[in-house]
Amino acid sequence: MATRIYIPRETSAISLGAELLVDAIATEAKYRGLDVQIVRNGSRGACFLEPLVEVQTANGRIGYGPVQIEDVPDLFDANFLEGGQHKLALGDVETLPWFANQERLTFARCGLIDATSVEEYQSLGGFKGLEHAIAKDSKGIIQEVLDSGLRGRGGAAFPTGIKWQTVATAQADQKYIVCNADEGDSGTFSDRMIMEGDPLSLVEGMTIAGLAVGATMGYVYLRSEYPLTRQVLQEAIDNARAAGYLGQNVAGSGKAFELEIRMGAGAYICGEETSLLESLEGKRGQIRFKPPLPALKGLFGKPTVVNNVISLATVPVILEKGGKHYAEYGRGRSLGTMPFQLTGNIKQGGLVEKAFGLTLRQLIEDFGKGTATGRPVRAIQVGGPLGAYFPEDLLDTPLDYEDFAKAGGMLGHGGVVVFDDTVNMARMARFSMHFCAIESCGKCTPCRIGSTRGVETIDRIVAAQGEQEREQQHIILKDLCETMESASLCALGGLTPMPVMSAVKHFKGDFQ
Amino acid sequence: MIQVANPARFQDFTLEQATQAVQEFKDQPGALISALHKLQDTFGYVDEAAMPMLAKLFNLSRAEVHGVTSFYHDFRRTPPGTYTVRVCQAEACQSMGSQALTEAVKQQLGCDFHETSADGLFSLEAVYCLGNCACAPSVMVDKQTYGRMSPERFQALTRALAAKATGDN
Repeated sequence: MATRIYIPRETSAISLGAELLVDAIATEAKYRGLDVQIVRNGSRGACFLEPLVEVQTANGRIGYGPVQIEDVPDLFDANFLEGGQHKLALGDVETLPWFANQERLTFARCGLIDATSVEEYQSLGGFKGLEHAIAKDSKGIIQEVLDSGLRGRGGAAFPTGIKWQTVATAQADQKYIVCNADEGDSGTFSDRMIMEGDPLSLVEGMTIAGLAVGATMGYVYLRSEYPLTRQVLQEAIDNARAAGYLGQNVAGSGKAFELEIRMGAGAYICGEETSLLESLEGKRGQIRFKPPLPALKGLFGKPTVVNNVISLATVPVILEKGGKHYAEYGRGRSLGTMPFQLTGNIKQGGLVEKAFGLTLRQLIEDFGKGTATGRPVRAIQVGGPLGAYFPEDLLDTPLDYEDFAKAGGMLGHGGVVVFDDTVNMARMARFSMHFCAIESCGKCTPCRIGSTRGVETIDRIVAAQGEQEREQQHIILKDLCETMESASLCALGGLTPMPVMSAVKHFKGDFQ
Repeated sequence: MIQVANPARFQDFTLEQATQAVQEFKDQPGALISALHKLQDTFGYVDEAAMPMLAKLFNLSRAEVHGVTSFYHDFRRTPPGTYTVRVCQAEACQSMGSQALTEAVKQQLGCDFHETSADGLFSLEAVYCLGNCACAPSVMVDKQTYGRMSPERFQALTRALAAKATGDN
């Protein structure tokens, strides 16, 4: 029987040479007359081990990584097809502390299976949630989601069940499910990873959402920077349709649901839900005034659920195991798990799914093992380009929506970017304003003009000749940030002051 | 050794071909952006001459079509080089030295962002996050992302790409 070898078909693994590895291993096996079957799974999330090659042996699944093509002949010599010893051997990767200490609910299957195979998806509980949903009515499905305590994982953390309830009770001839897959925050890739590693969980989640609110059409708005994701997700959608999980009669329920992928075009602002809807309608991605809420007047003016990828991909496990089971993880009002993304200058970067409540220090030190450069950690940005910069002495802040807000930051989409002591924080603050200027949709003045004025003001602070002149400019910057925060129409202009002012607060010495 | 794909082959723009390429979107709701992507994938850019045609197809004004095309960073108005190179400028890549990498890339290609190298091989663009933040810094060439990029690796990459483009691989 052919030995199964897993090599991820996933952006990070491929960015480090996984495609070359597929060829090299297939060629070497053929040359040696060995029968192998290469399975393209997603990533397990340990980016520091990529490309991670796993072999199905009599003693379980044995990992080797990170593997480069020059290691291939050596691996065969070491008899890696039977789990032989080698300097890259990791044993069963699930026993490594990095994996063993995680709590994977949303990402339970990610990296384990051939990502687009309906059969393999089902073998690990896939479509169980949908089955349970079909047996319930709309109210019953929404109650499970309410019980789970799930809040929007895109960043705004609005309770998902309440959003669904609003759409479910709205009267209309057509409703839509829109998946926000415009994952533009620096330091985040969990959406991409699940769409490449377990895309059927998103398909299932969107279908359940459709059943819950009475929508028959779903759109995935995917950023154009993710071309491989598009390919994998499209294959998964096609396979789901062929297996009867999409179409006029979803899994024999008599209900219809269809899915389509629409590509973004490189605008960060289209991650904002109303701007995303404009873009889906083929327009400039300028934000809309609220109200009306998208839940009542969304895509093409119809009631629309707009949810992030992770929120939707978490719905299947909630319906499979029950809302109460999900709510047993986490604490306070931050229930369930969060896929944190440990990135930037970090030794062991990747995706860590864990119940809310662990501290930033546990994440960076226990999982991340410190910086990649080996230098001291100086600043950490959590929550993407609109999140605050924390100094080392805030490392003991628990990762929880409320605790982070109390500390002057936000969790956002769960991205954590680590910087070592070579970082210049005035430069990072200037970048935040500069980024806002580039990506502003231009609809409101505080964001459109304020961001450019912000860049200029920070330049003047840095160039100031004396303390008095510098302090004067600091006052202007603070005033400008207050205006942007309170008068911008959406989170881009409204939250850009967060990284800027946190940099001033914690790292003022850099501003000269 | 670095993995490189064949360069994208773009057709020369003709209005007739452009019109034909976007017909499939005629009856899809809100599909202007999909149509613009199709034109760019086919010709490498969105030609000015396609604007009135798109306006007619989607029952929009030319100003609206222009407004949409110019809003999005992805859409080019002029033909690109053989390859499009995007260097990530976002925070996670900055924490791993993307600023120095960017300077090295600009120097090596002899051009700035939104420009094309003198040999016509590389168009250089900035990008804000490729979603490869645990393997920073990242660079994208056409549709392929490369992680843990360094000036030295970038030089090897461009050599391999240039060889592929000229056929002496």
